[in-house]
Amino acid sequence: MKYILLMTGTKAGVDTYRAWTKKDIDTHMASLRSLAKDLRESGEFVADQGLTGPEEAKVVRGEKKGMPITDGIFPESKEFLLGYWIVDVATPERAYAIAAQLSTSPGPGGVPTNMPIEVRQFASHPLK
Amino acid sequence: MPGQPLDVPLEHLLRELTPQVLGTVVRRFRDFAAAEDAVQEALLAAATQWPDEGLPDSPRAWLTQVAFRRMTDQIRSESARRRRESEMVLEASRVPEATTTIDAASEEDDTLVLLFMCCHPALTLSSAIALTLRAVGGLTTAEIAKAFLVPEPTMAQRISRAKQSIKDSGIPFQLPTTEERAQRLRAVLHVLYLIFNEGYTSSGGPQLQRVELSREAIRLTRSLRTLLSNDAEIAGLLALMLLTDARRLARTNKEGDLIPLTQQDRALWDRQQIAEGVTLISATLPKGSVGPYQLQAAIAAVHDEAARAEDTDWPQILALYDLLRRMADNPMVVLNHAIAAAMVHGPTKGLELVDALKADARVANHHRLDAVRAHLLEMAGDREGAVKHYRAAAGKTGSLPERNYLLMQAARLLSELRLVDGQE
Amino acid sequence: MKYILMMNATKANWDAYAKWSKQDLQRNVAFMRAFSKELKDSGVFVATEGLGWPNEAKIVRAGKDGEPITDGVFAESKEFLAGYWIIDVESTEQAYKIAARASAAPGLGGTPGSMPIEVRQVLSSFADLGL
Repeated sequence: MKYILLMTGTKAGVDTYRAWTKKDIDTHMASLRSLAKDLRESGEFVADQGLTGPEEAKVVRGEKKGMPITDGIFPESKEFLLGYWIVDVATPERAYAIAAQLSTSPGPGGVPTNMPIEVRQFASHPLK
Repeated sequence: MPGQPLDVPLEHLLRELTPQVLGTVVRRFRDFAAAEDAVQEALLAAATQWPDEGLPDSPRAWLTQVAFRRMTDQIRSESARRRRESEMVLEASRVPEATTTIDAASEEDDTLVLLFMCCHPALTLSSAIALTLRAVGGLTTAEIAKAFLVPEPTMAQRISRAKQSIKDSGIPFQLPTTEERAQRLRAVLHVLYLIFNEGYTSSGGPQLQRVELSREAIRLTRSLRTLLSNDAEIAGLLALMLLTDARRLARTNKEGDLIPLTQQDRALWDRQQIAEGVTLISATLPKGSVGPYQLQAAIAAVHDEAARAEDTDWPQILALYDLLRRMADNPMVVLNHAIAAAMVHGPTKGLELVDALKADARVANHHRLDAVRAHLLEMAGDREGAVKHYRAAAGKTGSLPERNYLLMQAARLLSELRLVDGQE
Repeated sequence: MKYILMMNATKANWDAYAKWSKQDLQRNVAFMRAFSKELKDSGVFVATEGLGWPNEAKIVRAGKDGEPITDGVFAESKEFLAGYWIIDVESTEQAYKIAARASAAPGLGGTPGSMPIEVRQVLSSFADLGL
């Protein structure tokens, strides 16, 4: 069963993250890389993607002539997608366990961030 | 030595030979994981060289020799590293030149042994599926990965771990004992069924460039049937696959929408497959050792034999589901039973059966529960209730084609409701 | 450069979509299929997924001993990722143009919509987020 695990954050949250010490950021990234490695080894890894920061985010609409209208203004509270993982696992419990691992990745001073991870099941379909 | 022209698609030939060659190599060297690697390399060499050089006189012997050489090279380099002569090396270096006379009995046994091995209950289902497709089906890792829509390295790792599990569990390369046989065979049939289902539910519409899992499942089940021709459940499973696969082209329309069985264009059903499936299940049922796959095949046969949906012998189907329910505790069977009951005794009866499932944790949140309820409510004339449950079902399925289908049912009923309102 | 084009939806968006007529649904689905095909044919397609409605969505945090704590309650205003395309293009402008096309997917009555598509650049994997 395929699951997508979504990491989100507000702009304020991302700014806070960027203000961490380099050591804390490296440790955090190392734990994510380690999890990715484990998932590759277990044969559960399908994809992971990290997105660039919310300051670059744009919402695009097509107006009548088809030209893109872009807008970079978002409410303070908006939860931006920071990255996601796609895993292929045998049970929902396994997906939640992986999400919990993600959630415990360390923050400042090595304390687990306990960030919320959204978990969604989906079916890949070759015809989109 | 002049090569024979390739009159059989090379891929198919290599796939057929894979389990036979693998069996021989495992027997000789007693290391399944290493043998599997060696055979993969031999297959790769064949795929590269034979198109240019033509088929060797004995393709199987050719592959076996190349695989043997790989194994002995590996063992030699290992023992050179460990600085130790092993008996195995001595024995291996005495490989006969050409194994053209292959005992037919041992050739068949090996494929069977491999199948039992790859489907061993100690393996996770996803491991068993991947390994079976590789070692018995002869598919490449890339083909299997593509079929399951995962990256190739992920599938390679699954296969690798499956091989390691076999090593760690000490699963022997031999047929199961008579005591274990029934359970082990059930495990094999389950894996083959899952492969078929994966192919059936995730395909549809225009043919894609990936190996057809349903066809592979049918091919492997046929092989199994040839090896164990007296087993009724194997015959039942094969019949079920044929009778289900026969409807493949009618299952989706040009736009890729799902069409339920009762609305399919039966002119698109494969008559040959239906004939084969019906003949098979008709010959098997009288043998008396009826099992769940045979019953499911019998149900499929009743559907497939009806010229039009309205000609379907629902009382027969209901009777078969009554039997199936007693054999297998499966909520999906209960749902199908409910539909059949509704067709024979009316939707209220069907809804009673569906209600009983509300407490079943396995299915309480499954979209099919809502979908079947919606269908029955529609039958009962409760359009509003049906709309509500079709929408609820749409919200629960992870599959886009399913969701689209369910929303369109809701939309259809909604427009009927509006028509009714409009007439007031 | 890789970009992700995201369709976000609130519960209200979903409830409205679930009420569309059969023709409107068919038109929209056909558009999405054709759009993905177009991306493939023009060589910019990397990936796409439709995620369906998140009835079973869970938020997971780690509890005290690392065990997952799951919660399935969400605010009405929460935006869920409904689907995405990942494309590989030469420029940001090209990404916006493609997003504009996705945005125009037909809505009620088949009229081209103006669905907001969030566009973000994608790094190749978390390993690159090393900053």
